[in-house]
Amino acid sequence: MDIRSQISMVFHLDKCLGCHTCSVACKNIWTDRKGAEYMYWNNVETKPGTGFPTRWEDQGIYKGGWESVGGSLQLKGAGKQKGLLNIFHNPNMPVIDDYFEPFTYKYLDLIESPEDDCQPVARPVSLITGKPMDIKMGPNWDDDLSGTPDFARKDPNLASLAPAEQEAMFQLEKMAFFYLPRVCNHCLNPACVASCPSGAIYKRGEDGVVLINQNVCRAWRMCVTACPYKKTYYNWNAGKSEKCILCYPRIESGQAPACMHTCVGRIRYIGVLLYDAERIERVASAPEGDLVNRHLEMLLDPFDPEVIASAKANGIADSTIAAAQNSPVYKFVKEWGLALPLHPEYRTLPSLFYVPPLLPVMASIKQVDNTAQNAKLNDISKIWEDSWLYDTSTADFFGGIDDARFPLQYLANMFSAGNLEQVKDRLKKLMAIRIYRRWKTVGDIS
Amino acid sequence: MGWIKDIIAPDTRKWEEFYRNRFQHDRVVRSTHGVNCTGGCSWQIHVKEGIVVWETQQLDYPLLEDKLPPYEPRGCQRGISFSWYLYSPLRIKYPLIRGALVDAYRSEKQRAGDPMKAWEALQSDPKKRQAYQTARGKGGFRRTSWDEVMEIMAVANIYTARKYGPDRVFGFSPIPAMSMISYAAGARFLQLFGGVNLSFYDWYCDLPNAMPEIWGEQTDVCESADWYNAKMIADMGACLNMTRTPDCHFFAESRHNGTKTVVFSPDFSMISKFADQWVPLHAGSDGAFWMAVGHVLLKEFHHEQQTPYFIEYAKRYTDSPMLVVLNKEGDRYIPGRMLRANQLAQYKDIENGDWKFVNIDARTGRLVVPKGAIGHKYDKGGAGGQWNMKYENSIDDAAFEPLLTLLSQNDEVVQTEFTEFGLDKKALRGVPVKHLDSTEGRLVVATIYDLIMAQYGVGRGLTGDYPPDYSDKDAAYTPAWQEIFTGIDAKTVLQFAREWGNTARVTEGKCMIIIGAGVNQWYHGNLIYRAGAMALLLSGCVGKNGGGLNHYVGQEKLAPADSWATIALAKDWLAGNRLQQAPIWHYINSSQYRYDGHFANYNSVPKNKLTDMHNADSIFMSVRNGWMPFFPQFKQNPLELGKEAIAAGARDDDGIKKHVLEKLKSRKLEYAVGDPEAPENHPRLWYIWRGNAICGSMKGMEYCLNHYLGTHHNIIAKDSRERPREIKWPEMAATGKMDLVVDLNFRMDSSALYSDIILPAASWYEKADLNSTDLHTFIHPLSAAITPVWEAKTDWAIFRDLARATSEAAKKYLPEVQVDVTMAPLSHDTADEITQPHLQDWYKGDCEAIPGKTMHKLGVIRRDYTRLYEKFISLGENVRTAGLGGHGNHYMCAEQYDEMLASRHFATEQQDDRTYPSLKDDVSVCNAILHLSTLTNGELAVRAYRNMEKKTGLELTHIAEGAKDVRINYGDLQAQPRRYNSSPLWSGLMNDGRAYAAFTYNIEKLVPFRTLSGRQHFYLDHDMYIAYGEHLPTYKPSPKPEAFGDLKETLKAGKAKVLNVLTPHGKWHIHSTYGDNLRMMTLSRGGYPTWVSEQDAAELDIKDNDWIEVHNDNGVFASRAIVSSRIPKGVCIVYHSTERTIGVPKSQVRGGNKRAGGLNSFTRVHLKPNLLAGGYAQFSYHFNYWGPVACNRDTHVTITKMDKVRF
Repeated sequence: MDIRSQISMVFHLDKCLGCHTCSVACKNIWTDRKGAEYMYWNNVETKPGTGFPTRWEDQGIYKGGWESVGGSLQLKGAGKQKGLLNIFHNPNMPVIDDYFEPFTYKYLDLIESPEDDCQPVARPVSLITGKPMDIKMGPNWDDDLSGTPDFARKDPNLASLAPAEQEAMFQLEKMAFFYLPRVCNHCLNPACVASCPSGAIYKRGEDGVVLINQNVCRAWRMCVTACPYKKTYYNWNAGKSEKCILCYPRIESGQAPACMHTCVGRIRYIGVLLYDAERIERVASAPEGDLVNRHLEMLLDPFDPEVIASAKANGIADSTIAAAQNSPVYKFVKEWGLALPLHPEYRTLPSLFYVPPLLPVMASIKQVDNTAQNAKLNDISKIWEDSWLYDTSTADFFGGIDDARFPLQYLANMFSAGNLEQVKDRLKKLMAIRIYRRWKTVGDIS
Repeated sequence: MGWIKDIIAPDTRKWEEFYRNRFQHDRVVRSTHGVNCTGGCSWQIHVKEGIVVWETQQLDYPLLEDKLPPYEPRGCQRGISFSWYLYSPLRIKYPLIRGALVDAYRSEKQRAGDPMKAWEALQSDPKKRQAYQTARGKGGFRRTSWDEVMEIMAVANIYTARKYGPDRVFGFSPIPAMSMISYAAGARFLQLFGGVNLSFYDWYCDLPNAMPEIWGEQTDVCESADWYNAKMIADMGACLNMTRTPDCHFFAESRHNGTKTVVFSPDFSMISKFADQWVPLHAGSDGAFWMAVGHVLLKEFHHEQQTPYFIEYAKRYTDSPMLVVLNKEGDRYIPGRMLRANQLAQYKDIENGDWKFVNIDARTGRLVVPKGAIGHKYDKGGAGGQWNMKYENSIDDAAFEPLLTLLSQNDEVVQTEFTEFGLDKKALRGVPVKHLDSTEGRLVVATIYDLIMAQYGVGRGLTGDYPPDYSDKDAAYTPAWQEIFTGIDAKTVLQFAREWGNTARVTEGKCMIIIGAGVNQWYHGNLIYRAGAMALLLSGCVGKNGGGLNHYVGQEKLAPADSWATIALAKDWLAGNRLQQAPIWHYINSSQYRYDGHFANYNSVPKNKLTDMHNADSIFMSVRNGWMPFFPQFKQNPLELGKEAIAAGARDDDGIKKHVLEKLKSRKLEYAVGDPEAPENHPRLWYIWRGNAICGSMKGMEYCLNHYLGTHHNIIAKDSRERPREIKWPEMAATGKMDLVVDLNFRMDSSALYSDIILPAASWYEKADLNSTDLHTFIHPLSAAITPVWEAKTDWAIFRDLARATSEAAKKYLPEVQVDVTMAPLSHDTADEITQPHLQDWYKGDCEAIPGKTMHKLGVIRRDYTRLYEKFISLGENVRTAGLGGHGNHYMCAEQYDEMLASRHFATEQQDDRTYPSLKDDVSVCNAILHLSTLTNGELAVRAYRNMEKKTGLELTHIAEGAKDVRINYGDLQAQPRRYNSSPLWSGLMNDGRAYAAFTYNIEKLVPFRTLSGRQHFYLDHDMYIAYGEHLPTYKPSPKPEAFGDLKETLKAGKAKVLNVLTPHGKWHIHSTYGDNLRMMTLSRGGYPTWVSEQDAAELDIKDNDWIEVHNDNGVFASRAIVSSRIPKGVCIVYHSTERTIGVPKSQVRGGNKRAGGLNSFTRVHLKPNLLAGGYAQFSYHFNYWGPVACNRDTHVTITKMDKVRF
């Protein structure tokens, strides 16, 4: 056993309200600088959607993460070996338009314009070229199902669904969305670290935070490709890559990371996990169907005397062990079994976990002929063109998990490498909590 | 694995200092965001080397009850982006003035050698005046000095007062709660001057008229923690994620606690993600759904099951056992007015008998006069002790049992007429009645409960045109009937209504409606609210934790309103105010009435004398009868009027008033509202602060540009052919009515861009102020993290300086004490509200003209303009001698006033030989408010409850006993937000950490509601409500676009696709604030988009991110399209309150040379006339409390794709 401690986070997606306060907190503190304008170390995505950078989940394009080739683990895209052979050409990297060209406005024109015969206006200009520009992309461009045919329908997680099933997700009776906040996963098996030709990236022993040493980084950008979550970014001004630092200056001074502190949906839980570092390679190369369970097994019981002894032997402080014992993350992930890693199939063993969201129940639509009733309406009355009649009544009080608006396979594609049962298990528990609390507080269902 | 690095050689990790250095800061200061947002979030402002670097939320709110989740962190994506503004290129750094104006002024001043003469010359020359007016909004600002702008404003103030009257000087600032001192600054200045404050809550269409209608309350709602106490929540028209971002977690947490959530929203809005069931009813049709819910509740839970909890609740807390007179018309009966106690011979002489009502005692059959009616409130000068909701006959204090229905003990069942407006059908339905002898002969009366049953179509075995079952499509208000309006299957209604009824029954009232602008801003918003409220009332869900109609739009509870209002409105010095209901004011003054047709074109109303009037005439009627205020008051200058009265022999105030009354009666003195285009009646000066009056909130902005400002506009609408009969109608409406528009701002927003003078205002991290909200029960401060940057000053300092400059100018130009004749409407929460039992118009000879009774009040205020500044900076003695209060409460506070003079903790002002508490700086004002409010001074809360005991005969003082020692000052709040006291000023009880829920005070302590009957009203018997068909809860159909009249000219070009434009609050702005900052622009799509459905986009050949124009006769909005499946066909969404300053191209549909506008370019004001009612219990005016609201949701537009985008 090689016990290590990891600062970890749970995102309760059933609570996420998609406000992006976390993103702004992060931006203000860390990336409000030249060359970093386009970076969102923390971003929030609407699902279904293609996210930021667009289609980041499509490893067919970006070749991020690891693959298990004959049981042995290899970087999918730019490994040190592959990368060094191909130093000046990295075809699997997002370009600025996949993120967005950062912009501002000629705000001062409003104050300084001389008198004219028309109202002055602040036009958008590029933060890279300084020239007027046409805004065509942003860090949250597909927010709330924006641009549906151009974005949400291209969500890579839809690929395994039947076309009719996909299309139904955009119809009145089955439509829904939820939000996915993302920061660096501070993985236990970080592809970025493995890919860096300069050895600039490392995982801190004391808390597991993954950092890019700004003095050592040589701008190879292999990490940009290797990270399947696209959470390392190249600062074109500084000539270094940068990424989420889990606010270590805040953690070190007893404060939660800014994104966590500012989470107004109260969806984030932070805590320490103890894990066995010896098992990393073995777990990360497990068969796809076993990945989630093997990953969770690697996270150890902080009350187990053997684990404690081994942790102490590794120099882990008593206070850290106590924190692991009080860790809400441990409860969510292990004790309650409510949270899952995002895209376990990338095999990076992310340290951040997600509680999948409940969704409204689906409805049914029937076509009706309103001609006769419409003819009777008051002369003043607006007549609605639709001829549908929408019914969302349910047999059960809350509606069942299987009545949820999205095919569960969609969620499984995100949180359990396609394993339907693992996602369903989490959702059933969420629903069970609701039913239990209803029974306790009202008593009309059980 | 090699990537885990233990600390062995610290040097290798030394680089980590890089990010630690970036994070370093020097101090953290508590402040918040001071305008327009309900959040009331306390923030940590981080300062590094004197520069604000970023903000994160405070995490130190006091906890409520143990079972409730905590509040923190509070603060959203918009709030956290505020620091961007401080040093941004949008920041107003120096006083700016329009070049064309300052050049003209300076040259006139050089010629005349005197500021007053210069201003006079400028105003008297139409060409010169027009030259700077047409330059408005077109650039050309110059930096100038504070001295110069103060000089210009001061002479403009005095010039206007002398030439036209001080009531031609207007000020607009929104919602005070969020920075109450800053609001108070301008308000106090204006009131001391004799100017006019424009209301905001009604103007924004955020005032839910149904709340005063039903509860006599402007708005009172639960704090968001109480959502957690609900067991079923219906959310409609309120996207909590967007607009209650910091509270939204309670909604999610409540779900996890076993609460069912149903979201009603035509689009799959953000909050829909939290729904168990999402009900996408047709936009604006919610009322139909809720009427059907009411039908099911009445049938199953009232009639069939007779749910005891519901029945008992209806009896005690609603007007349902009261009797209504049915009038015979031909072969049928028509529901009329409530039976008055004095209509019965035995009670004909009781005090205030017009304002007391009648129940039947179920045990004896006796007619009793239940306590608690509004008449009881004013008995014996307010000390009658019978204003309570006990089951007691006020005649003899004997207990009785109210009879709810005459179903089994009636004299007759009479066929009564009910109208269903959706299908435009009249139905005759049997209603059980009693025959009574009255002073007017034999009367047929029914209980309100029975009328409600009949109105909702619940037959109960009675004869008549009742629907046989739920599947009757043609009868109100069955689940099948609503399908045609909502598009929602009857099955969904049935499940909802049954779950609602069951949950409310088991939990005794824990079903809640969360509701907002998405419903309130429809033309018939009041009716939709009432339909929902009826479901709550029928299931006993109001005044209960976890229940209630919780409306969260705009009002943003200013908690310490008792002391604050006195300071803000200068009541410490004055005996009268000039406060204007903004919707009618803009409707008239921006000449929008001229473009409005007859409201009966779009409002389904019965035909009668009242409904056959143009809205402008209805407004005129409401003004002269004292229902609504209107300024300017008269065509004649009120200062001249005072002078004239004295010259004519008036010796005192009464003499002056008599002179004015005679002049009004003889029509020698004209009302300004009757002739709005006459130059004497134009508003002249407009001060805007804390808000975006010209764009963000200006319904009919293009009309404002034309008629107020006299500059370019995008209107193609024409004068309507349907014209008012009383209001004068010159061939051309006036343009450019405003002489001077001044904006205090920290940023260059659209209003600043169109103003003449822009004053650099301190931002919210640069001043002291106070903040409270209805979303939580804490009061907390704004503080100066840094001093105001560049030449900025706080709002308080700016208006104080303006007061000084104006006083100085007065010494030269208006030194004598002025006698100002004022006019005010009949006021809610005073004895005025029992003055007009019948609708009568003295102007038409219906009755004698008696000020304060049959007409508005008249007042006389003596104004010494040379002392304006002295009064501004000191707290006047009225506080000491008259005490304070609000909402019908009162308390004396002489000791507290004296304490402020004696204690070293308060600053004082010495004037001549007198000392006053100082209001010179903002911190002193904060402390004065906190020291004198019942909310923050426990001793005063005890006193206010004690006074209420006298009025009600109830025991109430114990509520405040535990808080007796509470004293909160500004420094305390800077240390930590504080929870304030329970107070009779508000209707919720919050002892021991209990979450605040509205009306728990009334329900648990039996303190009546501030309504006609003292109960919650099912029935509204005001003559106007009967005339307009809104006396019973009902459904009125959404008007079709052709009827509403916004597209007459636009569609002349040919057939085009017409869409309903919905204007919900946006995700990236709070009103117009934050939307223009780079953070929010980046996270949105870099502009203000229009959301279009996939189907409509395909039909219009619009692709995602294409440029489009959204337009109608009123104006044009140009933007990028977002095509989304979450938008239903037939509607498009433009977020509320966009700016027109950022990335807006020129309009192609208007010829390519004019800049397209903001959101309000396509809106125009439509008002509901029955909301003008006055002098009648809850239908009595109070600022921001009552009156027509400026709706905008019924607006329809066409969309045209742009092929050439030019800036």
